[in-house]
Amino acid sequence: MAAEKSSRLLQAFKSRKILQFGLALSCVLLFAGIFGPSLLVDRGPNQISQSILAPPSADALFGTDELGRSVLTQIVYGVRTSLVVGLAAAATAMTLGVVMGAISGYFGGRVDTFVSRITETFQVMPTFVLAALVVAMAGTGMLKVIFIIAILAWPQSARVMRAQVMKMKSMEFVDALRCLGIAEHKILWREILPNAIPPVIPVGTLVIGQAILLEASLAFFGLTSPEVASWGRLLTSGQQYFYFAWWLTVFPGLAIVITVLTFNLVGDALNQAFNPRSGDA
Amino acid sequence: MRSFIIRRLITSVPVILAIVLVSFVLTRLVPGDPIVALVGDYPVPPEYVEERRQAFGLDQPIYVQTLIYFKNLFLGDFGYSFVNRLPVMDVILQRAANTLLLVVPSQILGSIIAVLLASMAIRRPGGRLDTGLTSLILFVDSIPIFWVGQVFIIVFAVQLGLFPVQGMFNIRSTGSNVILDFLWHWALPGSIVSTFAMVAIARVARVSMIEVSRLDFITTATAKGLNRRRVFFRHILPNAMVPVIAVIGYTFGQALTSSFMIEAVFGWPGIGELFLRSVASRDYPVLQGIFLLTATLVVLSNLLSDVISSQMDPRIEYGR
Repeated sequence: MAAEKSSRLLQAFKSRKILQFGLALSCVLLFAGIFGPSLLVDRGPNQISQSILAPPSADALFGTDELGRSVLTQIVYGVRTSLVVGLAAAATAMTLGVVMGAISGYFGGRVDTFVSRITETFQVMPTFVLAALVVAMAGTGMLKVIFIIAILAWPQSARVMRAQVMKMKSMEFVDALRCLGIAEHKILWREILPNAIPPVIPVGTLVIGQAILLEASLAFFGLTSPEVASWGRLLTSGQQYFYFAWWLTVFPGLAIVITVLTFNLVGDALNQAFNPRSGDA
Repeated sequence: MRSFIIRRLITSVPVILAIVLVSFVLTRLVPGDPIVALVGDYPVPPEYVEERRQAFGLDQPIYVQTLIYFKNLFLGDFGYSFVNRLPVMDVILQRAANTLLLVVPSQILGSIIAVLLASMAIRRPGGRLDTGLTSLILFVDSIPIFWVGQVFIIVFAVQLGLFPVQGMFNIRSTGSNVILDFLWHWALPGSIVSTFAMVAIARVARVSMIEVSRLDFITTATAKGLNRRRVFFRHILPNAMVPVIAVIGYTFGQALTSSFMIEAVFGWPGIGELFLRSVASRDYPVLQGIFLLTATLVVLSNLLSDVISSQMDPRIEYGR
């Protein structure tokens, strides 16, 4: 079963240029996030200079801001923040969603009703407003931002996981394991879980993009730590210079769009590979 | 029918309460002290911090705080703004109309365009128009809406000078000019919120229409010799509209959030602009009030779309 899945994935990977393109792009982003800042050792993000609000030129590719800091350098530092928040929040949300979805789907009954009610409540909740409320209340900090995004995003993967486990628990191999006298919790965590996870992966990938967008929005509203470089913050400071310096707004925004689009493309392509009917139906 | 609406209204109350409870618990659950956020990093005497903590009831255990908050809500007391000491609901309701002026027409316009685009796209699934629509959906999903606002201001207002940069009205306009002036100010923020609403709805409209058009009775309708127009308008569209109506209601919360962000960029004097200011001044009661109002509007719009769906589709039973 696993072999069949992976060969299908491999086939999908080979046949889908978008997936290859997206994965290549995410490697570039990862590279920029990990090594970018150290390649720019001589010019930190706060390195000021004489050229104030200079338009893009060979000297400063994306121009400079009101203190003469290079926009490109600040964007490169921002990659790290966006990726850390996006990946950490998505990983936490997925773990939480997988565990809650598995418990809910496997044991059913009251547990299921309870978990389903929570997921329903989270689904109608205006995510951004709640995240902003919590961060405004609890204070800024990257860990808090990651935590709150994960708390708001886990129901998406929980729903997929629940459906998946519910489908699997009535399969023949599960009955066979029960006949062999294997404990219920072992069946769930050792046998069903690994087989049920693949369709959750695309959901997790899409959550990365959502998390990056949410972080940028929180930063735009001034709800992240001012010491941490962030694309959203760059957009807030660019707001005052619409008349003089369009580059302060255009380039950080493009960075967000390209990064989020990358993860959305990968997520969408994976979704079509894992759940072939959902994409085009 | 009436009993269905009443029953749905009654079941909406616990949902709103649950949302408030979750938001309340979350704000207390996340590590961090609201007093520190309020007072700021500036060193103040510990007595002052203690005094503030007591004034806001933050020295009580969480469950006591929750109970007090709920009790006050039932009494219609939403608290007072930290900034200007006005009642929270007065401050918010003053601005609610301006937000609704932005978001309601946008949601309606977005729905109409979404249905039109989706019905043209599904004539040839996988065709040029269909691929264009799905790409647009994926692309718009990846863009921070406030950045679109900023870019539109730079291009259409600053560089081309076609539209105003900020605000909802020009104070000097009078008479019938007021409406034209409003529309002129509405054009940029409204078109952005509409586009984002359109994308969210078109995604569901497209899938719904494709699914219905694959059903057996559509094959029958085509086989008995009806032309494409008739098949589409008499058979596909009415059946595909049920999920579309539902999604129009369910995406209203998203549209409100979009509108909040766009207001912050365009200085539109609505709830979103108030939200931005209250975040900056950590005006906690106002933030909580905005969240409560937003959640209530979302639940009510879901209720409305459920009622309309049940009217359109006899399979949805009133007693559900």
